[in-house]
Amino acid sequence: MTMTTQTMTAAPAAPPEVRWTDVCGYADLLPERGACAMVDGVQVAVFRAFDGRLYAVSNLDPFSGAHVMSRGILGTRAGAPTVASPMYKQVFDLRTGVCLDEPDVALPTFPIRRSAAGDRVEVGLTDGHRE
Amino acid sequence: MHVVVVGHGPAGHRLVAALRAGDAAGALRITVVGEEARPAYDRVALTSYLTEGADLGLPGHGAEVEVVAGDPVTAVDRAGRAVRTAAGRVIGYDALVLATGSAPFVPPVPGRDLPGAFVYRTVDDLDAIRAACERAGAGAGGVVVGGGLLGLEAARALQGLGLETRVVEVAPWLMPRQLDEGGGAMLRRRIEELGLAVHAGTPLAALEAGADGALARVALADGSVLPAAVAVFSAGVRPRDELARGCGLAVGERGGIVVDDGCRTADEAVFAIGECALVGGRVHGLVAPCFSMAEVVADALLARVSGGAGGARFEAPDSSTKLKLMGVDVASFGDPFADADPAGGALGVTYTDPVAGVYKRLVVSDDARTLLGGVLVGDASAYPALRARVGAALPGTPEQALFGDVEAADGELPDATVICSCNNVAAGRIRAAVRDEGLADLAAVKGCTRAGTTCGSCVPLVKKLVDAELTAAGVEVSRALCEHFEHSRAELFDIVRVRGITTFTRLIEEHGRGRGCDICKPVVASILASLGHGHVLDGEQAALQDTNDHFLANIQRNGTYSVVPRIPGGEITPERLIVIGEVARDFGLYTKITGGQRIDLFGARVEQLPEIWRRLVEAGFESGHAYGKSLRTVKSCVGSTWCRYGVQDSVAMAIRLELRYRGLRSPHKLKAAVSGCARECAEAQGKDFGVIATEKGWNLYLAGNGGMRPRHADLFAADLTEEELVRYIDRFLMFYIRTADRLQRTASWLEGLDGGIGYLREVVVDDRLGLCAELDAAMERHVAGYSDEWRDTLEDPGKLARFVSFVNAPGTPDPSIVFESERDQIKPVLVAGSRLEVAAR
Repeated sequence: MTMTTQTMTAAPAAPPEVRWTDVCGYADLLPERGACAMVDGVQVAVFRAFDGRLYAVSNLDPFSGAHVMSRGILGTRAGAPTVASPMYKQVFDLRTGVCLDEPDVALPTFPIRRSAAGDRVEVGLTDGHRE
Repeated sequence: MHVVVVGHGPAGHRLVAALRAGDAAGALRITVVGEEARPAYDRVALTSYLTEGADLGLPGHGAEVEVVAGDPVTAVDRAGRAVRTAAGRVIGYDALVLATGSAPFVPPVPGRDLPGAFVYRTVDDLDAIRAACERAGAGAGGVVVGGGLLGLEAARALQGLGLETRVVEVAPWLMPRQLDEGGGAMLRRRIEELGLAVHAGTPLAALEAGADGALARVALADGSVLPAAVAVFSAGVRPRDELARGCGLAVGERGGIVVDDGCRTADEAVFAIGECALVGGRVHGLVAPCFSMAEVVADALLARVSGGAGGARFEAPDSSTKLKLMGVDVASFGDPFADADPAGGALGVTYTDPVAGVYKRLVVSDDARTLLGGVLVGDASAYPALRARVGAALPGTPEQALFGDVEAADGELPDATVICSCNNVAAGRIRAAVRDEGLADLAAVKGCTRAGTTCGSCVPLVKKLVDAELTAAGVEVSRALCEHFEHSRAELFDIVRVRGITTFTRLIEEHGRGRGCDICKPVVASILASLGHGHVLDGEQAALQDTNDHFLANIQRNGTYSVVPRIPGGEITPERLIVIGEVARDFGLYTKITGGQRIDLFGARVEQLPEIWRRLVEAGFESGHAYGKSLRTVKSCVGSTWCRYGVQDSVAMAIRLELRYRGLRSPHKLKAAVSGCARECAEAQGKDFGVIATEKGWNLYLAGNGGMRPRHADLFAADLTEEELVRYIDRFLMFYIRTADRLQRTASWLEGLDGGIGYLREVVVDDRLGLCAELDAAMERHVAGYSDEWRDTLEDPGKLARFVSFVNAPGTPDPSIVFESERDQIKPVLVAGSRLEVAAR
């Protein structure tokens, strides 16, 4: 109860400011495959799922320390869209970045969207991502 | 308690292993004293050391066990409870176990000590034999004295070392202890067909020297004289019981340390095990009873420190034997001589097929109902089932049993029936492992009970028992590939093939659920590629490939890739070698020679791969498929063109095979090799398919494996013509590709194949399944449809566009990839991730 009250009464934090960056054309992304974009010095793995949805997570594989997440195989696990690390095969939920094999590990995620015209892909970065 | 083990052969080693396994508390202090300088090795496999250079080493015991090697014990002081060694060590004991083994028996004939005469017992003996054969040169004479198990093995080894080999046996036929006359005669015929001469029923007269004082001839009592630069005695063994004699312990009339069924001598602190022990009035020479003795003594000694019961007793072993001698199946079981005494009432039923070279004989009780024993030569497929039924009622007539019709009722085998005689595991133990311990597959049951882990002949029967027990328990083992498909890989292969499915999307929509994963997608990609559906990066297939197939290179730990151009058969011109060197230099790559006779270039970033390959393709190289589950290399020795021992052109054969099967996608990687003679320098018997040249053609070995779980390949067929060889490999590969599980190498595929190599032969040679035409056509399609994946990629701008580190900065290299220098080459600097320690395990 206490928790609920605190949450209810705390002043809402200002949403971090998102800066959108154009990274590639939508058609440049193969269905069910990823690519890596360098956004403001950060390696972002961007994926186009089978249903056309876009996801963006950090390209750094936390298990191997190599920047390879964009090269993983996409799929689903119990309905959740996933990517598997190409190095040691851990599977991550693309929506949350959480590793489904070791839930205390998670990839940072990034906002991603199609441009207003629909033909471009944009990734959002906040100041927090640069830390 | 201090246990001293004298002798570090297989029995001594097994004892120490069993003591260590049972003594979790560390209550025992163990010292092993061995005569040979090297640690314990697997003497049973001695011949493979000679013929294949096999590593016979047995696992070490750990630091807690003191091993004294190369220092024989010379005396036992029973009153003072200590042993003395040749080097003067005095080692006190609370319990002493004599495991001194036996010494070869050398008949007392003139010339027995000449240079060139050897025994066949230790690794040192074999090294000396090999050296003598090499000195004598190919075609020199070799004589083996003794036509028993070991003698025939030795003869095969001498033949393999290039000698014209003859076997001398004093008994009227070969293997007189195991076989009856008919079986011995059939074995002799089969062995003579392989180029070995047999002189049976003739005692040895003398070994005679030539002008140089070394052995030149072997004379027999019937007056014949055999040319011989090398002679090997394998005419039986005598127990090494001298330590027991020296300290006043009883020995048998014909040798052997007298022990009771607990393997204890009259002195309760002294035991004897293995070939030196006389238990129940007999000395035992096979490994299985020696292991049993070791287990019995381990049980007794462990009981002394743990307060356990320690009631294990040695039981007269099943002396059944099955082996393959030079490709000829030989088996005997139960008492094959039970009908020798006409008054005994036992009956013999014999079947002989001189054309096929098969001899079978069953001995049954006078009412023809109970199986007493038997002999099988040339076809021992019925052995596991027959041996398990010794002493029990036959399910049908003896005739039915002779023709292999005894499998009907495996489930009815009594619990007490010994299934694995090497490790003395009964049917009841196997059933209990499934029923009570919850083990759910053959591998787990083998690991737990040891059944089938030594000679392997009982594995089919073990599998049937396991399956029957699982079925009885209502367990259905899931064959589902992953959460997206209920099917096994083999079932998916058939679905794709029969329904003509060409895309993953259609397959998962019609036969699966969800959207796939990193398990099923590469499997389906491999199936589509095996069936010849275009380039692996075409259309939707590109999304199914793991990163190696996607970039046609092998990912390394820092996210860079390695490049392996194909070098068929390991043959390469200086010009091409220079090109590889220049490419490596210009792109700053780390270079290393692979085990498959190729060159691996490491440290390439994805955007460099097309440029590297443009240079390689221009110079005539093509993809080596090191990244794919596909044929890697066909390794070869230099062959008859250059080698003075080679009998065929192994390099040309390796190139032919590599070019035929290059690019063939399969359930796992495939490795192959061709050796130009029996010296086997290409290590073909450790490969998925291996070819060894003979004087008459080619021997084909299948389903070998190096790697984590090495497996020696099985001889599939001998003396094949080139066309037969290629046809059999074609069918073997295609049958494997159709029926294997995901990531199942040929070795475990064959082990899991019901009926094993014999069944595979029926499928591939005799076309038992009527599949051969289809398999042949599939391979022809593969060969005709082959195209170099890298050349095709370079010609396709759409595919090339994917080779970038950053989609929004195609020319930019990945700044996280950093190298330092080590031994004049690059080495990755690993940048720590937030959870790098995870990757280290």
